[in-house]
Amino acid sequence: MLPAALDAYVTAAGHLGNASALHAHGRGARRLVEEARESVAADLGCRPSEVIFTGGGTESDNLAVKGMFWGRRDADPRRRRVIVSEIEHHAVLDAADWLGRHEGAVIDRLPVDGRGRINADVLAGILRESADEVALITAMWANNEVGTLQPISEMSALSAEYGVPLHTDAIQAIGQVPVDFTASGATALTVTGHKLGGPAGVGALLLGRDVPVTPILHGGGQERDVRSGTLDVPGIVAFATALHIAVTEQDALARRLTVLRDDLIARVREAVPCAVLNGCTEARLPGNAHFSFPGCEGDAILMLLDAAGIQAATGSACNAGVAQPSHVLLAMGATGDTASSTLRFSLGHTSTAEDVDALVAALPTAVERARAAAAT
Amino acid sequence: MSGGVDSAVAAAFAAEAGHDVTGVHLALSRNPQTYRTGARGCCTLEDSRDARRAADVIGIPFYVWDMAERFHEDVVDDFVAEYAAGRTPNPCLRCNEKIKFAAVLDRAVALGFDAVVTGHHARLDEGVLRRSVDIGKDQSYVLAVLNRDQLSRAMFPLGGITKEQVREEAAKRGLGVADKPDSHDICFIADGDTKGFLAERIGAKTGDIVDSATGEVLGSHDGAFAYTVGQRHGLGLTRPAADGRPRYVLSITPVSNTVTVGPREELEVTVVHADKPVWTSGTARTEPVECVVQLRAHGETHAAVLVATEDGLTAHLRTPARGVAAGQALVAYLPDADGDIVLASATISGSARD
Repeated sequence: MLPAALDAYVTAAGHLGNASALHAHGRGARRLVEEARESVAADLGCRPSEVIFTGGGTESDNLAVKGMFWGRRDADPRRRRVIVSEIEHHAVLDAADWLGRHEGAVIDRLPVDGRGRINADVLAGILRESADEVALITAMWANNEVGTLQPISEMSALSAEYGVPLHTDAIQAIGQVPVDFTASGATALTVTGHKLGGPAGVGALLLGRDVPVTPILHGGGQERDVRSGTLDVPGIVAFATALHIAVTEQDALARRLTVLRDDLIARVREAVPCAVLNGCTEARLPGNAHFSFPGCEGDAILMLLDAAGIQAATGSACNAGVAQPSHVLLAMGATGDTASSTLRFSLGHTSTAEDVDALVAALPTAVERARAAAAT
Repeated sequence: MSGGVDSAVAAAFAAEAGHDVTGVHLALSRNPQTYRTGARGCCTLEDSRDARRAADVIGIPFYVWDMAERFHEDVVDDFVAEYAAGRTPNPCLRCNEKIKFAAVLDRAVALGFDAVVTGHHARLDEGVLRRSVDIGKDQSYVLAVLNRDQLSRAMFPLGGITKEQVREEAAKRGLGVADKPDSHDICFIADGDTKGFLAERIGAKTGDIVDSATGEVLGSHDGAFAYTVGQRHGLGLTRPAADGRPRYVLSITPVSNTVTVGPREELEVTVVHADKPVWTSGTARTEPVECVVQLRAHGETHAAVLVATEDGLTAHLRTPARGVAAGQALVAYLPDADGDIVLASATISGSARD
């Protein structure tokens, strides 16, 4: 966590009080929550009443996808289609698939091109044919694996034209690129704390006030009757603090990371000539570099770099901890072997040129050994 | 690191000895979800978590390696094929031979590691493989299949202590698996129903149960794979033998799908043939060797003279053995005051009486 966010957390955690209680302590806690809500709203370009605090990104995504589906379907039973991009996080993909299996939803997958960018023309085609049947569109702002920025304004224009709500998971984008909820035209937006230097387990769904959403969690109705549960006051305060810093420093950080990231890409290619950069060269998150290392398994390189003190990431792992071929790479047209040979290097506010030096020093041996291991 | 107490303590010993140790858990099921509720075996998600926690406590890095495809080809498919061929395989032995000290070892060496450490109960020193000091837990029988090269990159830190001591060492280090029950079942048969597992894969097929002396059909079975040489119970015979004595499975003939039964003395064999020999030292003995042989896991030993043949080994037993099943390993030991030494291992192909 950012030191300021940690301080804010500790200070708030020292105060007693349930933000829903009516006595003085409760009002004190409520005040902290509402100040945090105003801060979040100011930083993300929305009204305070559009901020629904949640238990993080997965909850926000589930609430948006399932809640908006139910809300729209209940208003008009013809609306059973959910348009989902193929490169969504599993919190979105699996929520949509669940609706398909259990709620009679029909899932339309939006394809991406070889750079991992959603094709908005396909979306336009589906809406032209059958906008009346669509419950919602969900498409991320920027991809979490290959870092490709998505055509949000094109999609929100289509959303407005056909009157179909658009949810966007902007977890990766906030703090890296400018994000303004109202200006984006999105109907709902997911943000979470732990990607911003805030705590894990706290996030928000930004949700237009007139959007019908059926709750997932029923109870006290603390958050606009859309989300129940006693509010995590210190978590919310720390989340808002981290978000404010991330948004305030976004431009400077993006400039610095772009230089560092481009240096990383150039030097990785020089050190390991077979490395293939995935994603888009221009429309890319500043802190993201994502490569395939043909003939290697990404998790073998990960382990060797880890031993050298460098922490990189493969796509995702199953419950047992086995690395899985990246669904994002597969959607981009990669083969299974290529999708398993990838590694992501993420840069953030603590990353330095020395970190890149260390990576470039350790990578050639790691790749060579991983290739030998894959050949056994 | 299976998630059990032995591999956890072996990892701790290796790390404490000053080695640069990385914990590896093998994912062996193609679909771990199917094992989610399985309390048996060593492939459950709970075991993977236990292994991870042990690595945390020891303070070593931990990774899961996906060996599911190799495991299915080399161990599970082999297990089914051996039963279908009327033999009785030992999957733990096959896993040591093909997975832990082949697929895992090769990958580890390629990645820059020197050796594979396991929690097996056996002693290994300068290429000499001996029984564990804990004879009841000794696993040298399922390690004897390893050749000299494999043993040169293996470490078994637990061979010098008993299982009870292993648990004490685990408790001393705060390892949560200190009192975790031992696993006994075949790890890839989650419900312990080996017969059902085989029936599903080989297919139930009715055949005759035949008397060895008269050739008379005594009953029928749903698949010869469900029987093992030496088996007495579960034959489902309604008529007693003429002499009133119990009958045992003497042989299984997959081609005719026949199970042959007879009296106990007919189970006795004094000559055992075995193929695919592995001489632990790397060099075959050309002269007959006085030794003791073990013919199944946790089985008794028999004094024997071991003779190398053109394509394998023959053991001439000094005392008859019963229930010798093709497919099991013949492991020969040289008796030694400091722990019996593994001389050779081979797969039993046939047996006879002198």
